[in-house]
Amino acid sequence: MMTRFLHSEFFHNYKHSSSAVIGSTLMLGFAFAVIVGPLLVAQNPYDIASLDLMDSYKPPLWLEGGDPRFPLGTDGQGRDVWASILYGARISVFIGLVAMIASCTIGTFLGLVAGFYGGIVDSVIMRIADIQLSFPSILIALFLMSAVGTGVDKVLIALTAVGWVVYARTVRGSTLSEIEKEYVQAAKVAGLPNHKIIRKHVLPNVLTPLIVIATIQVGTFVLIEASLSFLGVGVPITQPSLGLLIKNGFDVLFSGLWWTSVFPGIAIMILVFGINLFGDFLRDELNPRLK
Amino acid sequence: MLGYLLKRLIQMTLVLWVVSVIVFIMMSFTGDPVFMVVPIDATDLEIEQARRLLGLDQSVLVQYWKFMTSLLHGDFGRSYVFRQPAMTLILERLPATVEMVVVAMVLAVAVAIPLGVYAGANPNGRISRTIMAGSLMGISLPGFWVGMVLIYLFAVTWGIFPSSGRGDTAEVLGLRISLVTRDGWHHIALPAITLSLGTMAILLRMTRAGMMEVSRQDFMKFARAKGATRRDVLYKHGLKNALIPVITIFGLQLGDLIAFATITETIFSWPGMGKLLIDSIYRADRPVIVVYLMLVALIFVVINFLVDIVYTLIDPRITLK
Repeated sequence: MMTRFLHSEFFHNYKHSSSAVIGSTLMLGFAFAVIVGPLLVAQNPYDIASLDLMDSYKPPLWLEGGDPRFPLGTDGQGRDVWASILYGARISVFIGLVAMIASCTIGTFLGLVAGFYGGIVDSVIMRIADIQLSFPSILIALFLMSAVGTGVDKVLIALTAVGWVVYARTVRGSTLSEIEKEYVQAAKVAGLPNHKIIRKHVLPNVLTPLIVIATIQVGTFVLIEASLSFLGVGVPITQPSLGLLIKNGFDVLFSGLWWTSVFPGIAIMILVFGINLFGDFLRDELNPRLK
Repeated sequence: MLGYLLKRLIQMTLVLWVVSVIVFIMMSFTGDPVFMVVPIDATDLEIEQARRLLGLDQSVLVQYWKFMTSLLHGDFGRSYVFRQPAMTLILERLPATVEMVVVAMVLAVAVAIPLGVYAGANPNGRISRTIMAGSLMGISLPGFWVGMVLIYLFAVTWGIFPSSGRGDTAEVLGLRISLVTRDGWHHIALPAITLSLGTMAILLRMTRAGMMEVSRQDFMKFARAKGATRRDVLYKHGLKNALIPVITIFGLQLGDLIAFATITETIFSWPGMGKLLIDSIYRADRPVIVVYLMLVALIFVVINFLVDIVYTLIDPRITLK
């Protein structure tokens, strides 16, 4: 299995695409930092007992007054910025991934149903999708959050509400062309029940284009969540994501304390840039028209 | 054509109606706005009175009915906070937002199209690769963070540009515009740059993709063969055909710019309608939120409609059905 993969065309192209290698390295590095990172730092930024106000507003290590214990400096409560980033990235990545999985599941299901059954179900689902697509997702998410209030769970709901559409559309399109094909006709003639045809025959054949969408969407969701949290309608203060860290840093920016907000932003950039680079590579690889 | 226009008009009205229902239902889930109006030490009786005054004691259906009928009479409700008609509040701030969006859009197009054409015409050059990496960076950065970094560098550290506000405005045709004063341009520079980056990156990538697709086609070979200059081949023959997908994205991007203006305006304390929306969300000023969303929905629906029309003007192969 492994050797087959190492000799595959996909792996060959991957090796020879610098953007794919850089992108996946950034993503994996980020994943590593998110999983084991909190074990590597001495301070738990959410444990008030481990904070010392004497340590507050320390600049990064390489500036005058820097403290070797806090490589990227500290914020107003003496919280290590590096540790906050590692903990905050967990929340950002968790939200991005879970919302993506939820959007993908719901969107794929609705797309399959719309494409397979057609008729009124199809019209209703697709009209909702049309209306939704004519509004920017950030505005819909902002509006939903303003209606339901802050919270990780509510951010997930808002992101899923804006994220399902793109899957539903794609899956519906591919389903429409799949059900015309002979293998589906054959399954129908063989008397298989509809739900089984959808699950065993149509579903596996409409999944490929979703891989690219899902990859890029994690990055988009991280950015939207950051924007919502920056505006104060995202995650609560008790669970600061990278976006909320930037917001907290913005409040002290005018006093020249740039490091509390600049570094979390760089963290977001590294993650989303890596995702987009790798996503671009996947798109070229999985799109047969470009080959 | 007339039939198409009529169909679209009905469609647009329907969309706006659906939006009004959704907005209204969602808004009725938000916290009780009565407490935003009454003083903290208000008695129960006063609270009841305020509730009745705002019409919040009736059922959602009745409230919606009242909202719709007054809407159709041109009455869009009054802000709980400002005690002024919500529509007036928003329209007062509309020019500031439009101004920023327009400057950002012009900036994005002016940078993105030439760079996109260049990157599409020389896909493997080092400069093209740098341009593409830069544009991917533009998509991957949180816009508000870029704004903050610009504020820190240009306003806090170097003091070249102001960090907030709109600067001097002058009256042009009854509207207060800041683009006609020096101070106004001075103020709009940073917010407009911040807002334009994302759109710039996307337009650039679309232009490049379009150019690459077009350059493989026969009419490009023919143009080259007949001896047209490289410039003419790229811009007259290539770009014109590459622009069709860009126009669609252009429309969507205009919507995105209006949406992201809320964030940019918040960072730069730009007195536009986006900042008003965010402030109103904090204050649970429901009428303002509802009117903002309805107005923005109207703008988006009109933009989408115009994009479809523009389509047929550039590409005669597309007909409206």
